[in-house]
Amino acid sequence: MKKNNIANEVVVALDGIEALDYLFAKSAYEGRDLNDLPQFILLDLKLPKIDSLEVLRRIRADNRTRRLAVVDLTTSNEDRDIISSYEFGANSYIRKPVDFDQFTEAIRQLGLYSGIAPKGTRQAIII
Amino acid sequence: MMNSKKILLIEDNPDDEMLTLRALKKNNIANEVIVARDGVEALDYLFGEGAHEGRDLSDQPQVILLDLNLPKIDGLEVLKRIRNDERTRRLAVVILTTSNEDRDVIKSYDLGANSYIRKPVNFDQFMEAVRQLGLYWLVLNTNAPNA
Repeated sequence: MKKNNIANEVVVALDGIEALDYLFAKSAYEGRDLNDLPQFILLDLKLPKIDSLEVLRRIRADNRTRRLAVVDLTTSNEDRDIISSYEFGANSYIRKPVDFDQFTEAIRQLGLYSGIAPKGTRQAIII
Repeated sequence: MMNSKKILLIEDNPDDEMLTLRALKKNNIANEVIVARDGVEALDYLFGEGAHEGRDLSDQPQVILLDLNLPKIDGLEVLKRIRNDERTRRLAVVILTTSNEDRDVIKSYDLGANSYIRKPVNFDQFMEAVRQLGLYWLVLNTNAPNA
């Protein structure tokens, strides 16, 4: 992301609970401004603590977060993971490893989406 | 680019159609583009009806570019019907529209659009947007496999 001059703040959550805490301003993130939501979420399917589909389900179930762009970025090549992701409402699914140039280009594309949308200090959350 | 992946462009404005096709071509995106000029034509294509009766429905577009301002059936209704049918509900649908209305963006995501892109007014930006769309949805994104 840095390589493509995407200087938006990146928030990294190392597991599903941390991610949900961030999004819903709980625990360590208590008091966080809930109107300040990420521009998009990169979600790895293989997360500790809470199953990633559950994370996605909760993102889609809550009115405050349900329209956030969620991109699954994962090593999984399993048809059932791809199908489940879309069933649970992921916007996009990208398999790792990904060609580095293509990936940086794609990140740039997501950055371009930010450019077309109204500007602001938006963040990406990478789970 | 894999030529077996098709793009369905649902667009009634002939100028925008031409621009989009030109942008794809200029960026060496040689995939077949099917153009539907209204909502009815689009749904006929996807469901193998009307003029597209008998079409092989296992052969669906890799990505659908959907303009919201369509005659006959409007874009949001087309999206709704795509998402309501088992045969098409997991297809990648990218809204590509001039509409700048928050309510259109919200409604599109509520109805299950994968992405929403406002057509840039500037020609170069439009070219760039189409190029990136092509790369992203034809190459990088993994679509849901056929059920």
